[in-house]
Amino acid sequence: MRKYRPKDNVQAKAYHTDRFYVVPTVPKEDVSTDKLFSKHLETLKAKVDIQSAYIQIGQLRVEVNHKDNYKAIEILKNECGYEMLTEMSAVDYLAQEGKFEIFYQLLNLKERKRMRVVCKIEQGLAIESVVPLYKSANFAEREMFDMFGIKVNNHPLLKRILMPDDWEGHPLLKRYPLQGDEFAQWYEVDKIFGKEARDIIGPENRDPAKIDRYDTKRFSRVGREVPFGADISEGEPETPIEYSETFFVNYNAGTKQLDKRK
Amino acid sequence: MQEVNRLTPFFENLNFEREDNTMVINFGPQHPSAHGQLRLILELDGEKVVKAYPDIGYLHRGIEKMAENMTYNEFLPTTDRLDYIASTSNNYAYALAVERLLGIEVPRRAKVIRTILLELNRVISHLFFIATHALDVGAMSVFLYAFREREFAMDLMEDYCGARLTHSAVRIGGVPLDLPDDFMINLREFCDNVDREVKITYNALLEDNRIWRMRLENVGVLSPEEALSWGCTGPMLRGSGIAYDIRKEEPYELYDELDFNIPVADTNDSYGRYRLYMAEILESTKILRQLIVMYDETEPQLMAHAPRYISAPKEEIMTQNYALMQHFVLVTQGMRPPKGEVYAPTESPKGELGFYIKSEGEPYAYRLKCRAPSFFHTGLLQELLVGTYLADVVTIIGSTNIVFGEVDR
Amino acid sequence: MAQHQVNYASSGGLPVALTTVDHLVNWGRSNSLWPLTYGLACCAIEMMASGDSRYDFDRFGTIFRASPRQADVMILAGTLSKKHAEFARRLYDQMTEPKWVISMGSCANTGGMFNTYATVQGVDRIVPVDIYLPGCAPRPETLQYAMMMLQKKIRRESANMKKNKKQNLRLI
Repeated sequence: MRKYRPKDNVQAKAYHTDRFYVVPTVPKEDVSTDKLFSKHLETLKAKVDIQSAYIQIGQLRVEVNHKDNYKAIEILKNECGYEMLTEMSAVDYLAQEGKFEIFYQLLNLKERKRMRVVCKIEQGLAIESVVPLYKSANFAEREMFDMFGIKVNNHPLLKRILMPDDWEGHPLLKRYPLQGDEFAQWYEVDKIFGKEARDIIGPENRDPAKIDRYDTKRFSRVGREVPFGADISEGEPETPIEYSETFFVNYNAGTKQLDKRK
Repeated sequence: MQEVNRLTPFFENLNFEREDNTMVINFGPQHPSAHGQLRLILELDGEKVVKAYPDIGYLHRGIEKMAENMTYNEFLPTTDRLDYIASTSNNYAYALAVERLLGIEVPRRAKVIRTILLELNRVISHLFFIATHALDVGAMSVFLYAFREREFAMDLMEDYCGARLTHSAVRIGGVPLDLPDDFMINLREFCDNVDREVKITYNALLEDNRIWRMRLENVGVLSPEEALSWGCTGPMLRGSGIAYDIRKEEPYELYDELDFNIPVADTNDSYGRYRLYMAEILESTKILRQLIVMYDETEPQLMAHAPRYISAPKEEIMTQNYALMQHFVLVTQGMRPPKGEVYAPTESPKGELGFYIKSEGEPYAYRLKCRAPSFFHTGLLQELLVGTYLADVVTIIGSTNIVFGEVDR
Repeated sequence: MAQHQVNYASSGGLPVALTTVDHLVNWGRSNSLWPLTYGLACCAIEMMASGDSRYDFDRFGTIFRASPRQADVMILAGTLSKKHAEFARRLYDQMTEPKWVISMGSCANTGGMFNTYATVQGVDRIVPVDIYLPGCAPRPETLQYAMMMLQKKIRRESANMKKNKKQNLRLI
């Protein structure tokens, strides 16, 4: 019987984990160590309730409820001066907790401070768009929808952006395999030539370095033409067709002669 | 069911025949001045663009998903292919993010070498910008002149790391190689050449050229509020008057010790941005000259000393047993950083390039997101192109300096 | 590469009226190959660099044409993503006979380092390829060598297009 592999997280895992390994964490500092961040946190705490807040690697990380994301970001923009939304995306924790963790990375240009607003949302729920506050969220939220399937309310145009419009599946989910499911593997063949061409073209070669039992007899014949469909199991056939020019050198006589077998 | 080899245009969600007066044209993914694979669907009223819809994703290669399946060191050459014109800047942004996550300090000589490579890549990228922008607008000879200088710069990069385009020249924790012997002499000569070329050739051909000015002034006007709202960074933001450069405001590497200025343009149009790029090339050569002097005063340590995360130097691996064992484990299993998340912004030649890495203590990153400046600049095109003429569309796309490796990842 | 010499008498390089029509037609076709500007990713930059003043591509008689109707060779330089595959095939179909395809770089040959859901694993799943060019990114001299190899292949062909047996017959 083959080993059971759970399907909710099919990404590559380390082949060896030490039983007694304790994972260290990146040091977290309390918000009171930085005056400016504590001021901003106080302004935020007055109106929104905060689930956790700490400073890690010089940036403040605040966790709020997913229903309050618009309100929190609005307060941060208008009252605390975070003028730019530099990045926005999600992290897939469906296998561990059943939730996505959405983060917004904000930048305050005058004070040169960066902070992150994080909210957890369950699968199937939608999050409120922050496009009225920051237009950069337009493309960023579309990308989040495309890659994770998290729908965004009140977005001007929520459509797939990086994948083709008729793609099925959301690629960055942990349960989506890196090499794509069946839809992905045959997408271009189906689209261009139709389903009948699947047998003619054949499956993708996902392992170009594959070695089989004929490998020791095959040598790379760079610069020579090998006719299509030739049987190469015993080594490539000798062909008279050669495109690179080689010289035969006679070291004793010191002459060079062009190889004329074209 | 679709037929084989259809030649009639069929795009699923667009209707190309309209009853009103506007014409919908497709500025397709294959276009000589699309700078890669940008598909713009333009609705034109005569020659004026009424609506523009940028369609991206034609170069989406799944790089972020690859990062979840590869160890940190294995992933470094893949970051090369994001902004493929200035590869070392993406390698460096990734290495900086991982180093901040690990909390390690890079030795001084490695910092000098990295800063030299970063500024050299900035010059390469800006030369490419001027070459392609001028080619699109029509000044085709500038393309050949700029590429001539760029070839010298790529020779320098090839002397250092062996590759012209996709360098992988930095490692997490430092640099793998020391500079070759005649690198400094060639670098000094290169700086002199570039300075002379920028001041004499490109400025003489373009700066006061009537045609160039007419085509670039008041084209692609971006107000500062729009720039901030759309998340523009780098030369797009500085071209609109906001003086924010991450090298000065949130310095990394040796930028707080170097003496350089930040050019800022106050006319919010493409001409201001073009002059900004030229001024930035001159500032970069100024920085490179300072770094040449700083190199000799450093001790020859190239990689950080953090045995838990980074392998020992090759001499020790070949002679010491424990170094070999640790190197083996780090290469096959990969290093396990602490659990946490980091966002490290850097100033790449295109804008703010940052990596958000979330790690759960595994040798593979749990989530890696690349904040690409060109992604947000492409979103900006939706608003910037409205109301311009069709000929200006090409100028504006060139002026925003987008690279599709970054946009689509 | 330093030993490379073109043997004019055998490779059909001399502009002298030759005996059969085949030679004449193939001489014309091979010495003025017009590529389609089809740079997709990083290899496009190397293709542009092969056209600059150091590695002059114009000496082969190539002029980069943007329209597929006017081009002979399609140099697929860079990663072909599945979203783009349809357009690559459409452009190939729009090119007029005789046409050839050079697949430049590892991403175009086999999908390269991007062994993912969104990359076509080798452009020969979509179009029939004549010359495969390895490298990541291949140097401009490599692209020029591939062009020379394609020229030799063209000189072998017969001017009557029906007699040329194309590779990858399944995709015609």
